[in-house]
Amino acid sequence: MTNDPRRLSHLEWLESESIHIIREVVAEFERPVLLFSGGKDSVVMLHLAVKAFWPMPVPFPVLHVDTGHNFPEVLAFRDATVERLGLRLEVASVQDYIDDGRLRERADGTRNPLQTQPLLDAIEGHRFDAVFGGGRRDEEKARAKERIFSLRDEFGQWDPRNQRPELWNLYNGRHTPGQHVRVFPISNWTELDVWQYIGAEKIELPSLYYAHDREVFERDGMLLSVGEFAQPKDGETVHTRTVRYRTVGDMSCTGAVDSPAVTVQDVIAEVAATRVTERGATRADDRISEAAMEDRKKEGYF
Amino acid sequence: MSTLLRLATAGSVDDGKSTLVGRLLYDSKSVLADQFDAVERVSKDRGLEQADLALLTDGLRSEREQGITIDVAYRYFATAERSFILADCPGHVQYTRNTVTGASTADVVVLLVDVRKGLQEQTRRHLAVSSLLRVPHVIVVVNKIDLVDYDQATYDRVASEVQASATALGLSDVITIPVSALVGDNVVDRSDRTPWYDGPSVLETLETLSPVGEPQSEPLRFPVQLVIRPQQAAGDRFRDYRGYAGQIASGLVRVGDPVTVLPSGRTSTVAGIDTADGELQEAFAPQSVTLRLADDVDISRGDQIVTSRSVPATTQDVDGTVAWLSERELRAGTKVLLKHGTTTVQALVKQVGGQLDLDEARLRPADSLGLNDIGHVTLRLASPIAAEEYLHSRATGAFLLIDAHDGATLAAGMVGDALLATAAV
Repeated sequence: MTNDPRRLSHLEWLESESIHIIREVVAEFERPVLLFSGGKDSVVMLHLAVKAFWPMPVPFPVLHVDTGHNFPEVLAFRDATVERLGLRLEVASVQDYIDDGRLRERADGTRNPLQTQPLLDAIEGHRFDAVFGGGRRDEEKARAKERIFSLRDEFGQWDPRNQRPELWNLYNGRHTPGQHVRVFPISNWTELDVWQYIGAEKIELPSLYYAHDREVFERDGMLLSVGEFAQPKDGETVHTRTVRYRTVGDMSCTGAVDSPAVTVQDVIAEVAATRVTERGATRADDRISEAAMEDRKKEGYF
Repeated sequence: MSTLLRLATAGSVDDGKSTLVGRLLYDSKSVLADQFDAVERVSKDRGLEQADLALLTDGLRSEREQGITIDVAYRYFATAERSFILADCPGHVQYTRNTVTGASTADVVVLLVDVRKGLQEQTRRHLAVSSLLRVPHVIVVVNKIDLVDYDQATYDRVASEVQASATALGLSDVITIPVSALVGDNVVDRSDRTPWYDGPSVLETLETLSPVGEPQSEPLRFPVQLVIRPQQAAGDRFRDYRGYAGQIASGLVRVGDPVTVLPSGRTSTVAGIDTADGELQEAFAPQSVTLRLADDVDISRGDQIVTSRSVPATTQDVDGTVAWLSERELRAGTKVLLKHGTTTVQALVKQVGGQLDLDEARLRPADSLGLNDIGHVTLRLASPIAAEEYLHSRATGAFLLIDAHDGATLAAGMVGDALLATAAV
């Protein structure tokens, strides 16, 4: 398109926008926190935060809402990353809530919707006023309407019909006590952008994102990993297949996809050619209804 | 190298905007199979023969229930040449504030007109908003050309109406394209059914437009976001490091350039341009960088570093044009917060100087502004800012008005007489 050296590529543009957003938050808020699960979007977001403040260390802690159903590889990756960057990690544990009766296990066994309460309690308990999330607008229809700075009321609720207009690059983070702001620095990135950036920046990810052999069984068109949190029912047979994960959420409801993609470049080629969305392919909880995400977000979900 | 273009779509109700957006996404293969399956399923449930591509873009429950788009939705698609961020703005009159929002970040506004109806009131409003917000390019898609049997004379009549109105509103170089979004004529591929049109398709046009002005032709403006001062935290090497982090709003900066800090007026030279990837010799808008200066100058968030070759004046008195976005009325005597670049100051509304009649494209007397009104205000600020005419600088001429009590965003503001420039012609 252009060989003008004074034009940013689309990835450079996205990076610059995200860094600007992250810096705005640190400049205007008292107690920001970054949601970090070890998933690729949060890894990219943390990488951007490191770049935004260089040579200073990242000036805020990270928070993980642990469903108790996480992939062990991802938890190990989370801990290693936190250690390497010298960050403070706060964990809000869904398991603790279930153990002491504050939450009850759902009939379908999925714990994604159960994350909302521990998340909101952690935000309130630590008095976090800005919460960075790795949500992207291309993920889902309700997310497509989300602001970059998104105000939450005392109950953590999102009111999609009453959002602040967001003009130019002037973000309005004003909030009253009890309210907080969710900030989505990679709102404008697509799944492909994220992967191209991971390739360009040589960002390390949990190994699950790349092809490996795994025992899986098929349920509702998804490949679930055989393990503590997901066992085949009658009629569901277990096969060893070469798979990778496009998202790495709750093991009980996050599916793998058949894939031979071993390297970042393989994954980029695969994502560029894919015909199914990331959530459609891998998340049982978003298949419940047309408005599953909107409803969860209104209650305070990520 | 793939570049990025931001576009905003706007139009009246039922002119086929959602269908056009759906088609751009679908034909550029940005709609994936599961999304399309869902659209087909819902279309069938509603008794439609074809998949209603508009369903791809209506994301909220109430939007699907009412069959209208309420809020700006952001969409993403890419070709080999370019990545696109599309702000899909609702067509209803009462949602003009969404058009302002979408246009504020757009490199190009794509407006839809139904060829059978011609130029509508709403079209003129959207042209006025595009002019007011100084969107670099405007494309008017003259849609539903299939419904007039691809008749050239009908298209020409609408196109010249559009051009006349655009010129009256101070817009030049408006591009018009005959399109059928439903059938796909001239959306991605050029259509055989419009042999009398020899211009590019909508997507080809989007792929070849230049995004923004050349950074080297504009003066350096660098609003400081925060001071990077690691002290002990990053080891001995950075013990005395002091850098000013920000995103270049306009222009170009080189190591050794003389700069002035506003509002203090102190001068220095650029000693270094830092990024996490290493030092740069030059940087340009919209890069996020960290500047080091040769002298120990007192600088904090809200200050601006500008080229000493062109220093904007600072002032506590700002005349501006505002698009009022709140249900609360604006009247003289109201105290608000004004956010400009990285600084937020208290402001008193001294005067409401009139309201823009978008249909007549002229200013008429008014002493208050309500939701979706655009008008002229005079503000007195508690401390000075380097306010530049929005007409000359989209990046440093824009401001927000914010409610000091509940933090609501009240208005999109533009310094200077952008309004008069629009309305006077």
